[in-house]
Amino acid sequence: MSESKAGMSKTMQEAERMMRICNACRYCSGFCAVFPAMELRRSFTDKDLTYLANLCHNCRGCYYACQYAPPHEFQLNLPATFEELRRETWQRFSWPEIFGGLFRRNALAVLLITSACVAMVLALTFLLQETAVIFSEHQGEGAFYKVVPLTVMVVPAMLVSLYGALVLGAGFVRFWQLADGSMGSLLDLRAHGRAVLDVLQLRWLRGGGDGCNYPDESFSHGRRRLHHLVFYGFMLCLASTSLAAFQEHFMGLQAPYPYLSWTVVLGTVGGVMQVIGTSGFMLLRLRRDRRPDPEADPGLEAGLNLMLFLTNTTGLALMALRESSAMGLLLVIHLGFVLGLFLTLPYGKFVHAVYRYGALVRNAREQQAEGI
Amino acid sequence: MRGGNSRHTRNLRYLHRSGNEYVSGAYPEEEFWNDLLRVTRGRTNEHLARMVIRRSADLPAWMESQGCRFQKPLRGTLGLSRTNIFFRGGGKALMNAWYTRALDLGVQVSYDTEVLDVELDRGRCHAVRVRDGQGERRLTTKALVLASGGFQANIPWLKEYWGDAAENFIIRGTPFNQGRMLRVMLDKGAGSAGDPRQCHAVAIDARAPVFDGGIVSRLDCVPFGIVVNAEARRFYDEGEDIWPKRYAIWGRLVADQPGQTAWVIVDHKAISLFMPSLFPPHEAGSPAELAEILGLDGAELEKTVAAFNQAVQPGSFNGDAPDGCRTRDLTPPKSNWARTLDTPPYYAWPLRPGITFTYLGLKVDDRARVLVGDEPAANIYAAGEIMAGNILGQGYMGGLGMTIGAVFGRIAGEEAAGCV
Repeated sequence: MSESKAGMSKTMQEAERMMRICNACRYCSGFCAVFPAMELRRSFTDKDLTYLANLCHNCRGCYYACQYAPPHEFQLNLPATFEELRRETWQRFSWPEIFGGLFRRNALAVLLITSACVAMVLALTFLLQETAVIFSEHQGEGAFYKVVPLTVMVVPAMLVSLYGALVLGAGFVRFWQLADGSMGSLLDLRAHGRAVLDVLQLRWLRGGGDGCNYPDESFSHGRRRLHHLVFYGFMLCLASTSLAAFQEHFMGLQAPYPYLSWTVVLGTVGGVMQVIGTSGFMLLRLRRDRRPDPEADPGLEAGLNLMLFLTNTTGLALMALRESSAMGLLLVIHLGFVLGLFLTLPYGKFVHAVYRYGALVRNAREQQAEGI
Repeated sequence: MRGGNSRHTRNLRYLHRSGNEYVSGAYPEEEFWNDLLRVTRGRTNEHLARMVIRRSADLPAWMESQGCRFQKPLRGTLGLSRTNIFFRGGGKALMNAWYTRALDLGVQVSYDTEVLDVELDRGRCHAVRVRDGQGERRLTTKALVLASGGFQANIPWLKEYWGDAAENFIIRGTPFNQGRMLRVMLDKGAGSAGDPRQCHAVAIDARAPVFDGGIVSRLDCVPFGIVVNAEARRFYDEGEDIWPKRYAIWGRLVADQPGQTAWVIVDHKAISLFMPSLFPPHEAGSPAELAEILGLDGAELEKTVAAFNQAVQPGSFNGDAPDGCRTRDLTPPKSNWARTLDTPPYYAWPLRPGITFTYLGLKVDDRARVLVGDEPAANIYAAGEIMAGNILGQGYMGGLGMTIGAVFGRIAGEEAAGCV
């Protein structure tokens, strides 16, 4: 019965205590996937808690519905505890260890790194490129590359993306090994199918139907919709970039593309969606009830929101003013933000996508085994 | 702190002619009435009871229109019930929905404010005396709805019926159910309903908080083991009937034991047969070791276990229904689920009586008016636990308290609105 709690962090022990209370109550089963998954267990190890914390979408339904939430002496606050536990998980699975601290003061770190990136890109451009070229108007195919040559743009971007993918991939593997134990089970395509559907509709931010309790006690689909804007906007921008790369390398068509081309339309719509989504997130966050929050705010949400917002606004500004003499400077600044964004992606809130997906696949497997 | 004991509830019993997405089958009026008659042993008011049953039929739809939400079936213990509809997120979520609706309608809520006294003049209430953070003041009233619960958190009052044993009771719900309005109204000549000496008491984990422990302190393991008192002796048939039905008698049984305490003991075979408990059980390799942890006489406990084991008859065990696995020539017997305690580790949970609610309430009529000297008061209404004794004079059925509260709350609200 009594699982060894040795080696569990304080947050982990707190999560274990809370899960034991929840498992004797079970009133919240209708809100999300966490409680039905909890009910499959009688005790909670490090592996269970890591999985459950990452399965939690922080909809906060269980906080407001909880008869044991403060001021009750049990002081149950699952959203706060799980959020803190997620942060610990992300730090634990990130690589190299020395960057783990980025998960503690994320907003500040991200801002500093990105400022450094923008400054560096600006400095290099002014060092290597003639000022007159930067500040003149460039029109037609290849206009961007007159300011920053294609190779200079593409090679660092590829390297940074590859690095990010490696770090995130390694994190995912470590998470999966802990949560599931078998790498072979990752071949379960049905589970992936269910998990992808869960992601695409953000099923577990529905709170059983009326949405989540964010930013306050009342139910709202606001957060889910904003997340859709950011998620699908991000996907559109990815599609736009991939299309551009394809045209560049295989069709010999050079950017900038016409305003009514697929690349520009996808990128613009995606960019606008992300700007609206992230602004909405930031506004909601300012108004949020802080009781279901962890004690310390590591600024993870602020960091990612700000980065996506700045990268997209500079991208949209570049698109709008690309035929003016401001293009050169805007391009360089935008590239600086893109560099900062991709460098910091594996060390911030973005990683939730990786671990949440892993937890959803694990959950799909578990529920399938139960015949549901 | 909203919602008294309602925040600890999870479902509502209601009349329905067929199953739907929330319940598995029909629950007709006669069955509902017969169930009520059986649990109260006739201690009910048929007119009021049938009104509650009939008017429960449209409660879910009405409640949904007010923002309350119910739970579609899920796997697990919160599975589909035939008679009861479950609140999504439980009773506190329900209370939140009611308060949201009330605030939307412009209702003002004064938290941390206690009503001390009622000014009653020939069946009409003109004002109440309240105390809040700023002190005492008088509030004039056009109508008064009393929904302040029973007196189960009032230990001195409980002691009137239970003696010093009440000092050892755990109150499963709100500490605010002091019964103040009940006492004030009874002192002013209001009629009473329900057995004044009785309370709904269950055996819960002795380590539960003194107040507001709610559902999580409940233990489901009694039918699968033996229960001993401070003398390490058994005192009642643990396998009398299926557990939910017997759940409510164990509070009283434990209250009658020395120190109002007892221990349920199971062996390893039984550990997965019931819901995991909030507090981990005590665990030991033998009954004697277990006795030492529990502070019981080891030799005596070994004797009790040996006598029990010897009396167990062969049979085929089935944890889901009375299975006839019984003891022979043992006092008290165990009539079902009797299996020898022989597989270590042995587990034990300490028990204490947990008081859910008291039965004594104010007598009301079918318009929820409080009866003062047999005459209905002009503008005083009662709803919830403070008047549930009219219908539930004794005994209990799951989810019926919420039915009574919702039906009478709705009536009282409509009537009170008519006074304004």
